[in-house]
Amino acid sequence: MSQPIIQMKNIEKHFGSVIALAGVSVDIHAGECHCLLGDNGAGKSTFIKTMSGVHKPTKGEILFEGKPLNFARPRDAIEAGIATVYQDLAMIPLMSVSRNFFMGNEPIKKFGPISMFDHEYANEVTMTEMRKMGINLRGPDQAVGTLSGGERQTVAIARAVHFGAKVLILDEPTSALGVRQTANVLSTIDKVRAQGIGVVFITHNVRHAMAVGDRFTVLNRGKTYGTAMKDEVSPEELQDMMAGGQELATLEGSLGGTV
Amino acid sequence: MTETPQTAAPDERVKTRSRFREALIRPELGGICGTLLVFTFFLLTAFDSGMFNAQGTMNWTIVSAQFAIIAVGACLLMIAGEFDLSVGSMIGFAGMMIAIFSVTLGWPVWIAILVTFVLCIGIGALNGYIVVKTGLPSFIVTLAFLFILRGFTIFLPQTIERKTIIGGIRDVSDGDWLAALFGGKVFKGLFQWFGDIGLISTFERGTKAGQPVVDGIPMLVIWALALIFVGHFVLNRTRFGNWIFASGGNAQAARYVGVPVNRVKIAMFMFSAFCATVFAVCQVMEFGSAGADRGNLKEFEAIISVVIGGALLTGGYGSVLGAALGALIFGVVQQGLFFAGVESSLFRVFLGVILLLAVILNTYIRRMITGEK
Repeated sequence: MSQPIIQMKNIEKHFGSVIALAGVSVDIHAGECHCLLGDNGAGKSTFIKTMSGVHKPTKGEILFEGKPLNFARPRDAIEAGIATVYQDLAMIPLMSVSRNFFMGNEPIKKFGPISMFDHEYANEVTMTEMRKMGINLRGPDQAVGTLSGGERQTVAIARAVHFGAKVLILDEPTSALGVRQTANVLSTIDKVRAQGIGVVFITHNVRHAMAVGDRFTVLNRGKTYGTAMKDEVSPEELQDMMAGGQELATLEGSLGGTV
Repeated sequence: MTETPQTAAPDERVKTRSRFREALIRPELGGICGTLLVFTFFLLTAFDSGMFNAQGTMNWTIVSAQFAIIAVGACLLMIAGEFDLSVGSMIGFAGMMIAIFSVTLGWPVWIAILVTFVLCIGIGALNGYIVVKTGLPSFIVTLAFLFILRGFTIFLPQTIERKTIIGGIRDVSDGDWLAALFGGKVFKGLFQWFGDIGLISTFERGTKAGQPVVDGIPMLVIWALALIFVGHFVLNRTRFGNWIFASGGNAQAARYVGVPVNRVKIAMFMFSAFCATVFAVCQVMEFGSAGADRGNLKEFEAIISVVIGGALLTGGYGSVLGAALGALIFGVVQQGLFFAGVESSLFRVFLGVILLLAVILNTYIRRMITGEK
């Protein structure tokens, strides 16, 4: 396989006396969907926040396209091409789709010394990008609050792709969604991957992960069990690893294998 | 992207809306309805009272313009997700500082005005800095400054001049170029001509005989219009305007995409202080004096105007034009009741009713636009 876009080596992150990450290594390649699985509190969020420049690792090394990198601010990560779509914080519901789409990257039109927000361009691009993703807007000035949860995730993903993300980190994009919306988001992930973008898909739902994932890394209590290719691992094994093995097997037995 | 854009099939669950409805449903709708209502009411009840002749019109225009100046600042700040309760005290403080600098210390008035602007905008920045750094609600931080600034406004003139009103500003500001920018009147020739052709009445006796009863547009009104225009332009037509909406809509989401939320908020606190100072300078130039009680409760009048104009108290949504209409409603009601001969204490009743109606209407409009539940 070619050189990975991002390599995270032995990342450790301590918050005071709490060890949130105790040496996690993951690499992300272009055009793959890398699923990061783990139960609540496994350190998934801390890990992706380290990747996206929100937290600085206590120990460990991050290589971006082979070069060591230290993000001071989330902005640095965005400029390098690492885009993160957070579950609840992807969009601002009170604002229009096109204002959201270009938030932080507003197109500018110059009139002498005055720079104006180029609404025409923003509206046009927004409509085109939304159509590509299969979302029909009433108009670019429609508020995001009128969109469904899945559509909001899709807008956020389309936004990241449009602004040249090389790595797209999705923080539990499907956890609050219905069946149909989940399917839409998963197919969006598939489209994005086909464009050569590395996708990091964080979830605790093994079925969603198996549907689009190429490789899987399971986090448990701040550690990783290593990374497996799709054909090397079964959903049951992933489930077991996420829950820490033994206990879930017992639980599952008593529930008749429904978990 | 390499794939060709495919048109998604029209969604059968998206209702088409008429263009008329689209044009009607906007944040300012509540303000527009309120303005129509208020004007209809006073045209019916107070038309003969002189409320709508030149003098009467100028009367409520000036009062509305005063509200508008502070409402624009409060509006942008509220959309950015914060409050400024120190506006009223800032007005008193700024006026007093100008008086102390120019009358007591004898500085040229233009220097006094400029220094006061720098000082007040600095205090606005401090307000913002404390809010942003501590994460405390701006309600509390600016409430503290409401008392701090009012305290100084009473303390300083008492200590220096042994009184709470400093007068004599008109004498020192006469002929000052910067003072004229706040206290002067424009279009005097036009109004003289209006008087000459009989469009507006003229004084018939006394020293002003032959002069029109309204002899120009006060700079206060020009400031109000300029601030409304600039505020509306910045909010809707610039990148910074998008950041204002984003900072108030959801600060964390805005930070994640690289919006400098803290800078935006501090800048809006500074702008609010700027507007308060403009108000103060105009007032001081008009009255020729600074009083320790000036600007009392102005912060609430600004906030009421903004809320009547359709802004959301929690931020992220609003309109400068709406806030300007709110200020107009406020001014017309306050002066109109006087013209209509209504007992002045009923002003508050009337205002409360309008506030309630406008806010209820605004809430429905906003839900229609934003899909809030």
